[in-house]
Amino acid sequence: MDTIGLLSALPINELVFFINKVVIAGLIIGSIYALGAVGMTLAWGILRFANFAHGDLMTLGAFIAFMLTMAMPGLGAYVGLPTAFVVLPIAMAVTALVTILIDKTFYVPVRKTNPKPITLVIASFGVMLMLQGLIRLFFGTAPRQMYVGSKDIYRIPFAGRDIVITEPQVLLIVFTVVAIVALHLFLTRSRTGKAMRAMSDNADLARISGIGTAHVVRVTWIIAGSLAAAGGTLLAMDVSLKPDLSFNLLLPIVAAIIVGGIGQPYGAIVGGLIVGFTETVAVFNWAILLRPLKPHMPDWLELPANLTFVPTEYKIVVPFVILVAVLIWRPNGIFKGKVL
Amino acid sequence: MKVLELRTASLLVGLAVIVALIFIWQGNAYALRMLAEAGCLAIVALGLNVQWGYAGLFNAGIMGFIAIAAFGSMLISYPVNPVFWQSEAPGWLLRMALIIAIGGAVTVLLSRIDRYGVPRRIRTMLTIIAALATYMMAQNALTPAAAIIEQNSGFIGGFGLPVGLGWLVGGVFAAVLAWFIGRITLGLRSDYLAIATLGIAEIVKAFLKNADWLTRGTLTVSPLPWPVPTPNEIGFVVARAAYLSITAVLIVIIYVLLQRGWASPWGRMMRAIRDNELAAESVGKNVNRRLLEMFVIGNFIVGVGGAALITFGGIFDPSGFLPINHTFLVLIMVVLGGSGNNLGSIFGALLVYVIWTMSEPAALILFRYGADWLQNVFNIAPPDDLATRALQMRVFVIGLTIILVLRFAPKGLLPEKIVKYE
Repeated sequence: MDTIGLLSALPINELVFFINKVVIAGLIIGSIYALGAVGMTLAWGILRFANFAHGDLMTLGAFIAFMLTMAMPGLGAYVGLPTAFVVLPIAMAVTALVTILIDKTFYVPVRKTNPKPITLVIASFGVMLMLQGLIRLFFGTAPRQMYVGSKDIYRIPFAGRDIVITEPQVLLIVFTVVAIVALHLFLTRSRTGKAMRAMSDNADLARISGIGTAHVVRVTWIIAGSLAAAGGTLLAMDVSLKPDLSFNLLLPIVAAIIVGGIGQPYGAIVGGLIVGFTETVAVFNWAILLRPLKPHMPDWLELPANLTFVPTEYKIVVPFVILVAVLIWRPNGIFKGKVL
Repeated sequence: MKVLELRTASLLVGLAVIVALIFIWQGNAYALRMLAEAGCLAIVALGLNVQWGYAGLFNAGIMGFIAIAAFGSMLISYPVNPVFWQSEAPGWLLRMALIIAIGGAVTVLLSRIDRYGVPRRIRTMLTIIAALATYMMAQNALTPAAAIIEQNSGFIGGFGLPVGLGWLVGGVFAAVLAWFIGRITLGLRSDYLAIATLGIAEIVKAFLKNADWLTRGTLTVSPLPWPVPTPNEIGFVVARAAYLSITAVLIVIIYVLLQRGWASPWGRMMRAIRDNELAAESVGKNVNRRLLEMFVIGNFIVGVGGAALITFGGIFDPSGFLPINHTFLVLIMVVLGGSGNNLGSIFGALLVYVIWTMSEPAALILFRYGADWLQNVFNIAPPDDLATRALQMRVFVIGLTIILVLRFAPKGLLPEKIVKYE
């Protein structure tokens, strides 16, 4: 039998549909979660508190990129890339600066009193609300379109069908890969990166070995803020810019962090992808994949038209279930993070 | 009885003066509505104080507990829907309940078979399979029932029982939910409880919003019956005053019970656990069990207060539950008032609610002023939706208040009095 005959025996339509709806969608949303989770997990491991304002930092970064895009919409045409992506480095730098300022003004005074970790969490709730209030105050609550012009759509032919992927999605995947490699080199090769890992492992030991705490904290916030801005902007480019994503982003990100183990950047990346894929798998209609099997099934077995694990409107349940399952069975996460 | 301290007394008098000014400025009906809502929130704040102030448990999902309690109260007190009871839908629902009961029992039994020598791995697998099968079957039973109900009768209606019973059942709903969450997360560190409660609140909201057959979803249910005659019957001022007096009585009852509890050996044990878990455990206290107890009791009170709050609003709208209105507002009430002090929680509830309601008109005045200034000096036209934007100022003000309190009065305005045993 030649290959074409073999291929035609396979349910290509359904397979391509599956790739479009699950593999690509999961990769996209998983990358977003990973970008958010890496920064938050680093800060969590080093500063010993969960910064709940992280979801809103992502929104803030996206809005900064949005403002820059509106200020110079034609910029992208020179480079051949979307404007929002071209201005992304500036947005990242500004968000990193804002993050450091937030730390200086709001967290440092609380941290000085040597409080329980939960006090800092409450402070981060305060920061979260202030960011939310300001963002909605200036930009209103309606979603906006970040993309100038129409999106390029790439169709990759695959056995007679097209795998569809858009330009912002390609950019997102490329950016995530580059960011992860860069972060890896930074953490393993540079002095500051090693100091960060040391401090995440044991803060007191790091301090008495002469590692400058203030410097490490600053670098941590820079990484967290810039990656948050990148994640928020790339998400807004792919879908739309919503001012009220806060918890919808925060919950999967925290789930990703806990899956990967707190303070483990690689764990956060894996966790982000796990959470992303689980979400898409859970809301996928599996009946479509079973349809080709229909001729081979006995008549009494009726195929339901809709066979999803979780209805789309309950998507937020998925990260929660993952979170609870990990907390019960592996509270350290799969990468053996800390139990603080 | 001990005379109030000067600090407490002056703060209370100051608050009373502010409230009196609002009565004069905004009129009786407005001020009474504010007070009645603040009263309901004070009950919620007392519940949170049990958890955060006395047990050190950080509940970031009060919204979810308020929502489920409001649903319970609505279910009990809303008038009966005869169309639903005459249709075949109750039979379908009964079938679903049976499936859940049997499936749940099988799942629980399977989760225990490792006690009879079955390897744990197989047990876990069987349990998960049983749970999934139950879930799928229950969903299959529900789909036709939900379709029938939504087509014929809108939603299942209520039971038409007294409102007071509704509030009680609402509190029980919240307490049961709290028991499940507490069982999972109380052994872990405090951040995890915050995340878990935050998540469960969003899930409860998503459920109530989408289960149209049960709650009418986005169509909302109104008017909710009141425990006192409604404004339509006796006018706004009298009706709201009557409602306010009911909440005041509830506050007094809960306050007295809690104060008695704290003075008892039980309360002492709870403080011991909060201040030093290890020491408490070493003298034989079952820490996790006690914490679970506090979490459940606290959420029961939260539920009663929440049910009262939503009943006062008169409309059950699942989309209307917002983290800022129903979680963080209460949190700041307890922290500002002084966690661990019940009087502080009540005081904080009133003060924060006054700030909350007044920050919108205040921001609007400020915005109008700023807009005029922009117009005159720079000739920039202000955006025309100033009113909706001023509403967002409240979010910012609450966030700022949290930060300021943590910075300048981390123990609150009326700090807990440390009891000394000589």
